[in-house]
Amino acid sequence: MNRGKHDTILLAHGGGGQLSDELIRRHILPGINNDTLAELADSAKLDLASKSVCFTTDSYVVKPLFFNGGDIGKLAVCGTVNDLAVAGSRPVALSLSLLIEEGFEFELFEKILGSIGKAAKENRVNIVAGDTKTVEAGALDKIFINTAGIGIRLAGVDLGFDKIEVGDRIIINGSIGDHGMTIISQREGIKFESQLRSDCAGLAELTCQLLENTRGIKFMRDPTRGGLAATLNEISRGSGHSIEIREADIPVKPCVQAAADMLGFDVITIANEGKFVAIVSPEAAEGCLNICRRHTLGREAGIIGEVVQTRDVPIVEMTTKIGGRRIVQMPYGRELPRIC
Amino acid sequence: MCLAIPARIVELKGDKAVVDAMGNRWRARTTLLPEAKLGDLVLIHAGFAISLVDEQEAKKTWDLLREIDDFEETQDKVSG
Amino acid sequence: MLERIYRAQKVMDDACKRLGRQINIMEVCGTHTVSIFRTGIRSTLHDNLKLLSGPGCPVCVTDQSYIDIVLQLAERRDVLIATYGDMVRVPGKTGSLETKQPHSNVKVVLSSEDALQLAKDNRGKTVVFVAIGFETTAPSTAVVVKQAAAEGVDNFCILSGHKLVVPAMRALVSEKNHNIDAFLCPGHVSVIIGYRAFAEIAERFDRPCVVAGFEPMQIIEGLGEICRQLAAGEAEIKSVYTAVVTEQGNPTAQKIINECFEPVDGYWRGLGKIQESTLRLRDKYGRFDALKRFEITEAPAEDSTGCRCGEVLCGLIEPPECALFEKSCTPQSPVGPCMVSSEGTCAAWFKYGRTRNTKQ
Repeated sequence: MNRGKHDTILLAHGGGGQLSDELIRRHILPGINNDTLAELADSAKLDLASKSVCFTTDSYVVKPLFFNGGDIGKLAVCGTVNDLAVAGSRPVALSLSLLIEEGFEFELFEKILGSIGKAAKENRVNIVAGDTKTVEAGALDKIFINTAGIGIRLAGVDLGFDKIEVGDRIIINGSIGDHGMTIISQREGIKFESQLRSDCAGLAELTCQLLENTRGIKFMRDPTRGGLAATLNEISRGSGHSIEIREADIPVKPCVQAAADMLGFDVITIANEGKFVAIVSPEAAEGCLNICRRHTLGREAGIIGEVVQTRDVPIVEMTTKIGGRRIVQMPYGRELPRIC
Repeated sequence: MCLAIPARIVELKGDKAVVDAMGNRWRARTTLLPEAKLGDLVLIHAGFAISLVDEQEAKKTWDLLREIDDFEETQDKVSG
Repeated sequence: MLERIYRAQKVMDDACKRLGRQINIMEVCGTHTVSIFRTGIRSTLHDNLKLLSGPGCPVCVTDQSYIDIVLQLAERRDVLIATYGDMVRVPGKTGSLETKQPHSNVKVVLSSEDALQLAKDNRGKTVVFVAIGFETTAPSTAVVVKQAAAEGVDNFCILSGHKLVVPAMRALVSEKNHNIDAFLCPGHVSVIIGYRAFAEIAERFDRPCVVAGFEPMQIIEGLGEICRQLAAGEAEIKSVYTAVVTEQGNPTAQKIINECFEPVDGYWRGLGKIQESTLRLRDKYGRFDALKRFEITEAPAEDSTGCRCGEVLCGLIEPPECALFEKSCTPQSPVGPCMVSSEGTCAAWFKYGRTRNTKQ
């Protein structure tokens, strides 16, 4: 692509003048264009099929920007798509806000925009509004992305903590820890070669199939930061019920486990970007699994536990491989590698 | 107190090695284990090999090690 | 595998029944503590069998004055701190590396070699390697100190917080009213020092010392062996971690520790001063000692906090009996080692309370 006389993004590219226009028309629009966006209006006008919608926003900062299995662009689309999907809606439109550090290379920028376009297409969402800001060098690290999204709520679907009952099954659509360990393996100072690959993927197709073809799904959430441990703790607190899971039933890839062991991480606290946890009634569980397993993002889906009666405070407990029991705590936050 | 995992030496030059654990590769030093050879399964702690691992013994108890055989088999198929 | 676990469990149950009293086994090592926690082993044990989490997490027992020195150095513009991730959240008087210095001149490294490399890459600054850990980690520090000396990397130095396991165990069982029946000995320390190193504890103090690895089955078999010995009235050294632990240990590693370091008296958080329990660089390598380089006179750590972790560690009191518990000592601002580590006895009590804690 002809990028004129600039190899990197300048402060002036965010100045609202000629260079801004060039940035948008030449470098941003081609990958993600659609009728609504092409108008470059101050605001996107949308005719939605329903007035019952889900609306969400999320900001993406990831280091490194490019990792095995994805990049910040794919993440920014899939992450917001997934937030809409697990809330029980079909994602239809996203906004895209780019915050760029001056000096960021056009080549990388275009690669990211290409990923955004591809991910939007794969997930059948249009990017209908956008904004670009450039900031001086050092004010942020290369590029931050914010996406907001609208999803049409699926008819007859009403998910919520209050629907969760004792006896409900807990389903996950595949192996855990893949995204987080991949990022960690490429983090500065830790960097090692590996076959780790992020699970970054949009889940809307699968979640819509599940919600439209089964009954009995009570709640869904994507276990991103804080991993499965954080999500299950949130569900437990939110619903007031305790949760029991079985370690042996939670899929973990050997290379993810080995990397976690080396660095002292507990895989259930490691982030995922293509996983959901679904709380479903016992009657619906098998049907959900069958649908999952027919989909590429759910081949390894399994029931990993149940919702149980709370004794004093709601907690998450795990039966370990050797038959012991432990409490799964809410993780602290940023995971640090340990040697001891 | 001391996290260590078994890994296989896949490259060795002087006391500088590359070790592999289930497809993850780290740089490691064999300074503390001069007898280590290419192909040995060693215990790695904080970037250093500190012991040879008796594979037969280890497989009896080490969960992940049991998967190494399967893993190395599939590796051969992929590369060969 | 399950069969071997059942067998060991049966040995434990039989021993508990035969002895008919509470048995206190201390797992010395922090990695054992984490593994016991993660695998829920406590919940599978006989009611009479109690596991005491020992002083074997080098971070938790690192004295506050040491961390204060690190924090002080971290404020200097001419210094880069290279630290293992473990140390980042450990509190000193004025915060931790995480709260005090969120980034810039604090680098998390995975090995001592990375720390030395950092010095080579930043010749304009002095890299201080926060050298913590027990005998397992000390040799790797020694290797790079020797290397720095040989290669003339003069902007590298270490702040030695290396500690020795056996002196701490000796100190614990020398207390007149300790409650420790036996030790589950650290697997990877033993890789270096060999299991014979625990002979003194077994013989002089009449306490079984069994080395085990960190897989749940290893731990359970180790506990099984301890119970067998206790029931038979024996006190022997034994290793069930035969894949990597020998009687003599790793001679190369022992040699290099001795070459670079000498044992001196040291302070342990919650335990106080323990004789010849920490490692200091020998004079020959004195110029790589951060204390000397920055002319820091290590303030003798006064344990004026009133922290009773020592007694908690020894199984003498339960956490709520300590006046600081839940008041000035919480997981957010811990005073003692048992609150520092999320798996520590006090931290677990804080979170789950009495009923939960016993069977967590």
